Amino acid sequence: MAATRTAPSRVEKRFAALKEEGRSGLVTFVTAGDPDMDTSWEILKGLPAAGADIIEIGMPFSDPMADGPAIQAASQRALKGGATLAKTLDLVRRFRQEDAATPIILMGYYNPIYSMGPQRFIEEAVAAGVDGLIIVDLPPEEDDELCDPAVAAGLHWIRLATPTTDDKRLPKVLENTGGFLYYVSVLGITGTRSALADQVAAAVARFRRHTDIPVAVGFGIKTPEQAAAIGKVADAAVVGSAIVGRIEDSLDPDGKATAQTVPAALDLVSALAGGMRGKVPA
Amino acid sequence: MTDALNTYRSGPDERGHFGTFGGRFVAETLMPLILEVEQAYEEARRSDDFKREQDYFLTHYVGRPSPLYFAERLTEELGGAKVYFKRDELNHTGAHKINNTMGQILLARRMGKTRIIAETGAGQHGVATATVCARFGLPCVVYMGATDMERQKPNVFRMKMLGAEVIPVTSGTGTLKDAMNEALRDWVANVESTFYIIGTAAGPHPYPAMVRDFQCVIGEETRRQLHEAEGRLPDTLVACIGGGSNAIGLFHPFLDEPDVRMVGVEAAGHGIASGEHAASLNGGRPGVLHGNRTYLLQTDDGQIVDAYSISAGLDYPGIGPEHSWLHESGRVDYVAVTDDEAMEAFKLCTRTEGIIPALEPAHALAQVMKMAPDLPRDHLLVMNLCGRGDKDVFAVAERLGVSL
Repeated sequence: MAATRTAPSRVEKRFAALKEEGRSGLVTFVTAGDPDMDTSWEILKGLPAAGADIIEIGMPFSDPMADGPAIQAASQRALKGGATLAKTLDLVRRFRQEDAATPIILMGYYNPIYSMGPQRFIEEAVAAGVDGLIIVDLPPEEDDELCDPAVAAGLHWIRLATPTTDDKRLPKVLENTGGFLYYVSVLGITGTRSALADQVAAAVARFRRHTDIPVAVGFGIKTPEQAAAIGKVADAAVVGSAIVGRIEDSLDPDGKATAQTVPAALDLVSALAGGMRGKVPA
Repeated sequence: MTDALNTYRSGPDERGHFGTFGGRFVAETLMPLILEVEQAYEEARRSDDFKREQDYFLTHYVGRPSPLYFAERLTEELGGAKVYFKRDELNHTGAHKINNTMGQILLARRMGKTRIIAETGAGQHGVATATVCARFGLPCVVYMGATDMERQKPNVFRMKMLGAEVIPVTSGTGTLKDAMNEALRDWVANVESTFYIIGTAAGPHPYPAMVRDFQCVIGEETRRQLHEAEGRLPDTLVACIGGGSNAIGLFHPFLDEPDVRMVGVEAAGHGIASGEHAASLNGGRPGVLHGNRTYLLQTDDGQIVDAYSISAGLDYPGIGPEHSWLHESGRVDYVAVTDDEAMEAFKLCTRTEGIIPALEPAHALAQVMKMAPDLPRDHLLVMNLCGRGDKDVFAVAERLGVSL
């Protein structure tokens, strides 16, 4: 079930460029439509200039079982603001008209996709300019649902590896994984505990014995210092809850966006990017 | 799939699928553990020691077998089919839930797990879990929606007295589905020590099959007891359905008896058309939630919507995957009964039989009230009286405008 891609994908080109620059990448996560579609678009549009190397966009879901309080709240805000899967794809389409290079990964849960129809979703995602998918509740055991047709359509299927992914389980997780491997460095949900850099280094070293694809590390990375430390041992660091938390903190008492919302999110991304490039945040 | 199958009892397949339903839709962190639970359960199921231990506790602690009772005055009142109650409300803790929690905690002990978590809606499964945790000396954490905690204070207090920690869930909409999300989040963070005792025949494989197997004692006893009483099989079985564990427990042993009709009763709340109900099969469509594909209440965009029923034990927006399959295959009929109809049944049962039923089986009884009068007097109908109504007296009083 190899992809029918002939040229390197945006994700592959991005990691090749990072390697050339001699640094690791910053992957940023925001939820589509949080807190509303317009503000979400402004944030998304500003991410590459703020230093995001790869953008993960969360597809809002009513029951995000693997997410902590920050991203749960973001999903709720987005849904309240009228976000839908179709509007998430619109957001990507719009982004692609302005930026042809920054990889976009959609992350979320299966039910809204199943509801739309997996084949239709794949076609629209490819047409919109999506590069890869992270679907939390589709383990390798359910690959025929979405993974196989998505890979056949040229999308990267990005799998999560966790501390419970032992050497026996790892080959199954790596099968069909493309673009990068996303290492969830702690047991638990997003945005809660933090992992120690040396434990992460040991895990990354273990993955390197099994695969050549880049390894991104996430869950619990909140500060430029932590991002920098992870960047030293992995190919990329993923930051989500901290950015989403900045958005939450900037809202007015009714949960509406303020003039601070977009800068609050982008300033943190700039600081994280600076940290990873060895600059002290301003 | 609508052609009659050779057997309806062979599922699930090795991937946990009942037709297209079921499966293992969970985060990677949980996958190794899910596979471990599956393997441990497969071993336990074949073990004579496990069976002996389970039988011992079902007999001496739970109080099985529960009687199969001929509801004579109700039968006269309805003037048709001969109605029997399978009296699972007489079990320890007052419902069928403990058949399952006992089985699962024995499995957890075999696996060497040292901590138990559970979700609960009305609190019945929480109480049944806290009870077996107290009996075996294991710490117990129960996740319960904050709104439900307010509505079900007596059960919250019971759980606490039994030594459980009850954690209010305010995420999402603060109801049963969110309690289940929160339990899954806890499990992901504590996979090594913790066993998750799911309360119904839903969730990722092997839970739907395992919970069903633990509840099949209901149907197996019924078969034996009715044979003793009447010398034959029942004609119709009726059970209420939230997640559907009591119903699958009654139905499953009879699925391959083509002459036994089965009716599952969902909660129609204020009516299916009102949009305020808990009838996943009658008012929902297939989707993926909480580890399995099944019928769900959801929006056009695939967002899960809250269920509503007067019965807190039925207001879950999904249903066990095996029921979805039995629905699509046509083997079992699924109907829905409103709050008002269930209240009438509640009153009738209390007055004619001296049995205060839980609001959940009151839904099943409301369906019996619709069917029985049109059936001949030699028609044998068995209804699962799966819970007692002590927990519901406050809700019923409020409904009747009585302040206690």
